[in-house]
Amino acid sequence: MSTLEQQSKGKKDGEIRYLTPLNIDTSKNKKYCRFKKSGIKYIDYKDPDFLLKFVNEQGKLLPRRLTGTSLKYQRKVAVAVKRARHLALMPYVADLLK
Amino acid sequence: MNHYETVFILNPVLSEDQIKETVKKFEDFLVSNGAKMISKENWGLKKLAYPIQHKKSGFYHLFEFTAPGELINSFEITFKRDERVMRYLTVKLDKYAIEWAEKRRNRNKEKATA
Repeated sequence: MSTLEQQSKGKKDGEIRYLTPLNIDTSKNKKYCRFKKSGIKYIDYKDPDFLLKFVNEQGKLLPRRLTGTSLKYQRKVAVAVKRARHLALMPYVADLLK
Repeated sequence: MNHYETVFILNPVLSEDQIKETVKKFEDFLVSNGAKMISKENWGLKKLAYPIQHKKSGFYHLFEFTAPGELINSFEITFKRDERVMRYLTVKLDKYAIEWAEKRRNRNKEKATA
């Protein structure tokens, strides 16, 4: 019963200690740039089904941090999506796109 | 001479003859001004992702051609002047894009024959 007092007075304030190690899923599969991996050099704006992988369900571009695309190709993805939007192949705004 | 690609959307209320005539007009304009057509594609009537001029569909056409750079400006002006055209986009193709365009053409050809 002294633990609470110890905690409040002790060196380490409010440190939570577990008896068994927590089972947190730390996945090790690293994200990768699909364009670099499969050697795609040109991103076609005429293919909306493919570009759909890089937008969320509102039709907004997904960040690099989620898709794993490298900066070089993220720029190209962005241009391609914007061209597709201009040609009404993809929506500017949407709901429940996926 | 640069390599270009143009996609344009025609008004869906046009009749088939009117569409052919319009496409021919643009093609003639290009050829008569020193451009060389590489391929033409007709995507047919497609649904638009959002309404343009209160229309929900349009006829898509794709041109691939090589042309001197000065021509593009006047080519786009003819699009602007023609009210049958709802949208247009001209893109210059780099070497990777040309590669891809060839691949795509061959694939389409195979599909057409198969």
